[in-house]
Amino acid sequence: MRIKGKGLIDRSRSIPFMFDGVRYSGFEGDTLASALLANGVRLMGRSFKYHRPRGVLTAGSEEPNALVTVGSGASQEPNVRATVQEIYAGLEACSQNRWPSLNFDLLAANDLAAPFLGAGFYYKTFMWPKSFWEKVYEPIIRRAAGLGALSGQDNVDKYERAWAFCDLLVIGAGPAGLMAALVAGRAGADVILADEGSRMGGRLLAETYEIDGKPGHVWVDEVQAELEAMDNVRLMTRTSVAGVYDQGTYAALERVHHHDGRHPHGAPLETFWRIVAKRSVLAAGALERPVAFRDNDRPGIMTAGAVRAYLNRWGVSAGKNVTVFGNTDDIHRTARDLLAAGVHVAAVIDSRHDAPLSDDYPVLRGAQVCGSSGRKGLEAITVRRPSGEERIQTDCLAMTGGWNPSVHLTCHMNGRPTWRRDIAAFVPTPGAVPGMVPAGACNGSFSTAACLREGIAAAGEALADLGVKLPEVAVPEAEDTPYEIAQLWAVPGKGRAWLDFQNDVTVKDVKQAAVENFRSVEHMKRYTTQGMATDQGKNSNVAALAVLADATGRGISETGTTTFRPPYAPVSIAAIAAGAEGRGFRPQRFTTSHKASVARGAPMIEAGLWYRPSYFPKPGETTWRQSCDREVRMVREAVGVCDVSTLGKIDIQGPDAGAFLDFVYTNMFSTLKVGRVRYGLMLREDGYVMDDGTTARLGQHHYLMTTTTAAAGDVMKHLEFVHQGLRPELDVCFASVTEQWAQFAVAGPKSRDLLNGLLEKPLSDEEWPFMACGPVKVLGVEGRLFRISFSGEHAYEIAVPARYGASLFDILAERAEALGGGPYGMEALNVLRIEKGHITHAEIHGRTTAFDIGMGRMVSQKKDCIGKTMSERPGLEEEGREQLVGLKPVGESKQLLAGAHLYNEGAEPTRVNDQGYVTSVCYSPTLGHMIGLGFLADGPERHGETVKMVDGLRGVTTLCKVVDPVFFDPEGGRVRG
Amino acid sequence: MRITCPYCGERDRREFYYRGAATDLDRPAPDAGEEAWENFVFLRENPAGVTRDLWYHEGGCGAWVVVTRNTVTHEVLETRLASEARS
Ligand SMILES: [Zn+2]
Repeated sequence: MRIKGKGLIDRSRSIPFMFDGVRYSGFEGDTLASALLANGVRLMGRSFKYHRPRGVLTAGSEEPNALVTVGSGASQEPNVRATVQEIYAGLEACSQNRWPSLNFDLLAANDLAAPFLGAGFYYKTFMWPKSFWEKVYEPIIRRAAGLGALSGQDNVDKYERAWAFCDLLVIGAGPAGLMAALVAGRAGADVILADEGSRMGGRLLAETYEIDGKPGHVWVDEVQAELEAMDNVRLMTRTSVAGVYDQGTYAALERVHHHDGRHPHGAPLETFWRIVAKRSVLAAGALERPVAFRDNDRPGIMTAGAVRAYLNRWGVSAGKNVTVFGNTDDIHRTARDLLAAGVHVAAVIDSRHDAPLSDDYPVLRGAQVCGSSGRKGLEAITVRRPSGEERIQTDCLAMTGGWNPSVHLTCHMNGRPTWRRDIAAFVPTPGAVPGMVPAGACNGSFSTAACLREGIAAAGEALADLGVKLPEVAVPEAEDTPYEIAQLWAVPGKGRAWLDFQNDVTVKDVKQAAVENFRSVEHMKRYTTQGMATDQGKNSNVAALAVLADATGRGISETGTTTFRPPYAPVSIAAIAAGAEGRGFRPQRFTTSHKASVARGAPMIEAGLWYRPSYFPKPGETTWRQSCDREVRMVREAVGVCDVSTLGKIDIQGPDAGAFLDFVYTNMFSTLKVGRVRYGLMLREDGYVMDDGTTARLGQHHYLMTTTTAAAGDVMKHLEFVHQGLRPELDVCFASVTEQWAQFAVAGPKSRDLLNGLLEKPLSDEEWPFMACGPVKVLGVEGRLFRISFSGEHAYEIAVPARYGASLFDILAERAEALGGGPYGMEALNVLRIEKGHITHAEIHGRTTAFDIGMGRMVSQKKDCIGKTMSERPGLEEEGREQLVGLKPVGESKQLLAGAHLYNEGAEPTRVNDQGYVTSVCYSPTLGHMIGLGFLADGPERHGETVKMVDGLRGVTTLCKVVDPVFFDPEGGRVRG
Repeated sequence: MRITCPYCGERDRREFYYRGAATDLDRPAPDAGEEAWENFVFLRENPAGVTRDLWYHEGGCGAWVVVTRNTVTHEVLETRLASEARS
């Protein structure tokens, strides 16, 4: 029911919206909850377990009951709090957790079964038979429970992540936060003022307080206007500070466009902020707690503060005939506000025996509400007085059990709050978060004047050691009512009295937990699920632990709280992960020949983040093997071109570059001649192989190292570590130049013919012997040439600055085709290297040593190097180790499979008989059969033996002959010829 | 968590790659013996309190930084360049 003349809404702007398919209208400034209440809608949801009809309990982000789904299809968002969602034209919201409808929910049958569904019922009921849990019980429970549903589609909304930095972060823009921001802003500090509401002001918008003789909201507007005019102050509304982390890092969620459903210019729906603040003032306010009594969960029963908020901020009376119940003077303020707005107050039930009386409304002193009735909404309450019980007709009960300071953020870094008996509440423990000063209601100071005073003081304290001097500021005049409370948690009596509304946890459940010896508050929480709903116990934690304390005969302080963890308010994973989904999670790296490869129809395969061509299909080829076999023959017989730019390239310069390389490689590089390339092997400090590759000496003090594609980043880090951490005295430095150079392998007997004509002068064996390198001019472009070979053929690698890569690839491929060759892909590259017994990370997989791969002699005995000492450990070079061998099928089965294990010919294929395993296999078109590389116990001594390859997974057994890993041209004549 | 890179200033820890204990800087001589090498390569303290570890400013200048911090309070007590921090 809307009250004339009340509220901070714009009545000139009527806004239509839909709830559960029914069209309603509200005003600009309404939340979904206030607009529904204004339209007389009290039933907004169903509870989690018993499907009890529920209405709105609060007016803020702590709302446990009124959760709705907004939107439909891919952008539908479940579990949106109706108290936070602002209405806009076109808003479509639906209730959830009910079937078939909110008014008629078949699962409400759970409520009748409540005696069997108490605390721990899952653990007790669904024990037997064991096999039923996964197949029967869990699916049924999951269907019945749960809140809103996800669409199951990809999220179409845009989210963003952002950083902000400031001297002072003020969390909450009520009277304390506004004052803190104002004085810090005037002092010139960089201030961020964040508030979760759509409008600044906090409780000042919900109460009728005056500040300096003006209505609270007018004072708020004036302060806000002054802050907005300051360049050093940033105001962030609809922004919940959700977490506190080390060294002044705060997580915050800004709801950028939930309130209007628009995304102009690609604006995000939400932004996840990381705010780095030198200091902070916590002015998060307080949350009102309900009182537990029998059937205190009917729609129409809500917190007194919420009733005042709906009345004063939104001009909505939550009922026509209101009753008020509680244990502080707030209930009288509620009654006065309602009466002033012309709403009938049926009774004020004050649990305090010395409660103030009133001429305007009946006050029942020392009385308690002990029950309620009404089918889908409150119709009457039962009040217990010393003289007996009495029934009062009412459609709205405003209740309060006092206020809980919002201490949450002060506990995110392991802090525990302190119990203050005088206000029956937990307050922040001083110093709980370094650099954070709490002020106002979150600090247990509830009067407006106290909030204003503490806001100023907190800003001063926070900024003092930053050298910011605060201006003298007069504390504005405001009410300074003392807070008097008589503890009231649960009204004794039969029936179910709700503590945790969303998770349906009652006083009885908590007591039951204590009886069953779940006496620790953490155990009670997990046994009853109290505090585990989306409100994270904001409405129930303190009352629940008070009940537990009573049931276990301990004090509240001794019982303690559960751990407060981030986030304070729900944060969507989509916002936290903004930009990191899809390709943001896995960026793509393309070589300069990418487009040309794709244009030639090459399927691209991932190599880390890189994409490389698998093969280049020719017309008529229907399988990858046909293309691959052709490309291999092409390289062996004519010439092939392959983009090898993805290999890591590290430019190493300095007078000590050679000495440095001697230390990171097992073999010598200081002795390498300028203009020559050498293959190098790198170990980890534990003695196992880390990576391999060729390194060229381009000048006296200039080397170029290549790494495998996969290890490029790791090797770069490794080099920097070895230099900075272990050999800082060496004068050497590194730069990754992987992206700067496009590099192509030109391999095959006609490779020299291909290159001749592109270079200034023809290549000769005298000037360009195997393993030579040097600068060349490629069609006028300064490039580099390396006579190295991964294929075993006469081959070169030619490098040009990356901007020339695409055009050079086209030229090379064309020239190769004219010579009967062409480009080749990863499949052919792999076959060529297996035929030559060259290793990749399939072989140097982290558990093999130089000895294992047959390169034991590459570990120079003349010098120390990384990994050398540990590589000499007993066990790493002794008899019985699995060492690299070649394998070829000799029996009926011709199939080799990587990953298969090796056994002696007559042995059972069991673990104890294991002799080794296969790492790389391919069909060799050169040899006409499959070949493989693998590791076999004492392998090099067993050439000629027959072993049995067994792939247990794929059910393949193949007899293999053990051979030298170099299958093709073992003398290496082709590479030099 | 914020780490002060001696070159770049205070930065978010996401710019850094974590390696492990700063004992990696204390590489024994090749002939230091089995025990010294085993300690160096494999054995690590896991203190509740002050620890020194190595972070690489990978998203920044490429400096290896020795960070002295408290694993209980999460305080960062000191940061130094690895090249100047060898004990
Ligand atoms: Zn740096």
